[in-house]
Amino acid sequence: MRTGKKKSYWKIFLKNKELLLLTLPALVYFAVFHYLPMGGIYIAFTNYRFVDGIFGSEFVGLRWFRIFFQGDLFRVTRNTVLYSMAFIVLSLVTAVFTAILMSGLKSRKGVKVYQTTMILPNFMSWIVVSLVLYVFLDPAYGFINSIHLSLGYEDINWYANPGYWPFILTFMNIWKSVGMGCVMYYAAMMGIDPSLYEAATIDGAGKMGRLRYITLPALVPLMTILTILAMGNLFRGDFGLFFSLPRDVGMLYSTTDVLDTYIFRGLRAGRFSLNTAAGLLQSVMGFIMVVVTNLIVKKINPENSLF
Amino acid sequence: MVENKKQARVEQILLNGYFFICCLFFVIPMLLVITSSFTNDNEIRLYGYSLLPREWSLESYRAIFRIPQRMFDAYIITAFTSIVGTIMSVTVMALVAYPLSRRDFAYRKAITFFIFFTLLFSGGLIPSYIMNTQILKLDDTIWIYLLLHLANAWHIIIIRTFFQQLPYELIESAKMDGAKELRIFFAIIVPLSKPVLATIALFVLLGRWNEWMITLVYIRSERLYTLQFILQRLLLQAEFARSYMLNVPGIMIDSRALPTLSMRYAMTVIAAGPMLLVFPFFQKYFTRGLTIGAIKG
Repeated sequence: MRTGKKKSYWKIFLKNKELLLLTLPALVYFAVFHYLPMGGIYIAFTNYRFVDGIFGSEFVGLRWFRIFFQGDLFRVTRNTVLYSMAFIVLSLVTAVFTAILMSGLKSRKGVKVYQTTMILPNFMSWIVVSLVLYVFLDPAYGFINSIHLSLGYEDINWYANPGYWPFILTFMNIWKSVGMGCVMYYAAMMGIDPSLYEAATIDGAGKMGRLRYITLPALVPLMTILTILAMGNLFRGDFGLFFSLPRDVGMLYSTTDVLDTYIFRGLRAGRFSLNTAAGLLQSVMGFIMVVVTNLIVKKINPENSLF
Repeated sequence: MVENKKQARVEQILLNGYFFICCLFFVIPMLLVITSSFTNDNEIRLYGYSLLPREWSLESYRAIFRIPQRMFDAYIITAFTSIVGTIMSVTVMALVAYPLSRRDFAYRKAITFFIFFTLLFSGGLIPSYIMNTQILKLDDTIWIYLLLHLANAWHIIIIRTFFQQLPYELIESAKMDGAKELRIFFAIIVPLSKPVLATIALFVLLGRWNEWMITLVYIRSERLYTLQFILQRLLLQAEFARSYMLNVPGIMIDSRALPTLSMRYAMTVIAAGPMLLVFPFFQKYFTRGLTIGAIKG
């Protein structure tokens, strides 16, 4: 019986070996660059030192997780989550709003020109966006301070006052992403069957009625998928954004530091174990968020869930 | 009826006006970067950055190319890792996507899960850093650029979804004729899948061209710097311009004359320019790729 089963496994393997061979490069890649580091999570439970290696380092159990919840990580975690929530809501609203207005344009050429202009920042790295921001905010020669000066106002040192940054970072995030979001929602709206609109007009629906009962429901699947994916990143901050827009200025950390920048600095400062613990919590929370959001979506409408 | 027409025209004018103003928010910043790169430093010190420099100057570009070797190295590294990296990535991802698109592949579910799971959970920056430097010894080599982001689960799912829509009869008849899987892949699947492969190639190329974080974390040798990384250093420390641009063994240059202010923006134009000129033309591919991606995995 046993050998028979083994034989059939072997048969299946032989039958699939050609296809299996094609998956091999990718399997090796994921094993080495994704699963091997997952094993490295063990570092979070040790007092890791380079000289001792991973298994030579002292095992300390949950020490780092306790420190994590006592220290300034509360602030960092709060920043991360609040920024993520603001970004999720505002990028959804601005993209849908812009796409709806754009669908009202009669000239195809106009749509193309506007979309191309607004999508440009999407092709820039955060470093380039940071330089675009710096040309405005440079404390000494920046465009905004030049205007201030000519109007007789005082200079503002943007890079020394943390209070401005939640607004600046949110604005720049939308500036970079709204074009792509608009293009996607606009494409989804072009896929709506025009006869639906005609039927609604005959039934006496006005502009608002058609928007409320046809356009928005048609966009819901795209909105849900993008939101589920974004929820998985609730505890993640875009490193490029939070590191380079505020130019890694220490004075701004109170409002600009997120888990990802904190963990990166740990690499420089040698806080390996504490920051592995932070990264682990980030991953676990992200995992839970995706699964829970997906479950909720599935309860409401199974069609829209991710898996 | 006439009222309606008039109303519609007013509406179009208002909408166009709205989008025109929106676009100014995108055009003016980019123009300002370009004009600043053509302004000389003395003028910037006196009047700040402006959209209309009193005098156009090539000073910053001359300074950047005064020692062409630096820019040349960075361009070569960036272009090489972008092009070779993209070819490698698309090949590996398409190769794995093909079996995953085949319903008769016995390990389809297990392998899909193995790959998809990496989207949901990861070891984090520090464990990968330790693995890549201590065990794989990839730090400070060109391999780290090529291998670290070789495959992406999300891209694989997009390619697989596209492959699934191809008619299975084609594969079946090729198999009848005795063709090997690898041959079927290159002779039938790839030619029919150019749109999706081009989309993914563009995504990957863009990511690679804009790469600076790998340099920040893993690279120490100056000759392995990418363009974006040089830009990042110029943004964070003005001093970097002097030490990097002028500290080339065997060449002595007076560093007081270096236009550190406008140089940043000239460097921005040099690093971002190529992609910004090329990519808007591929916009419709991007849209298509993203909408394919929104199909349930």
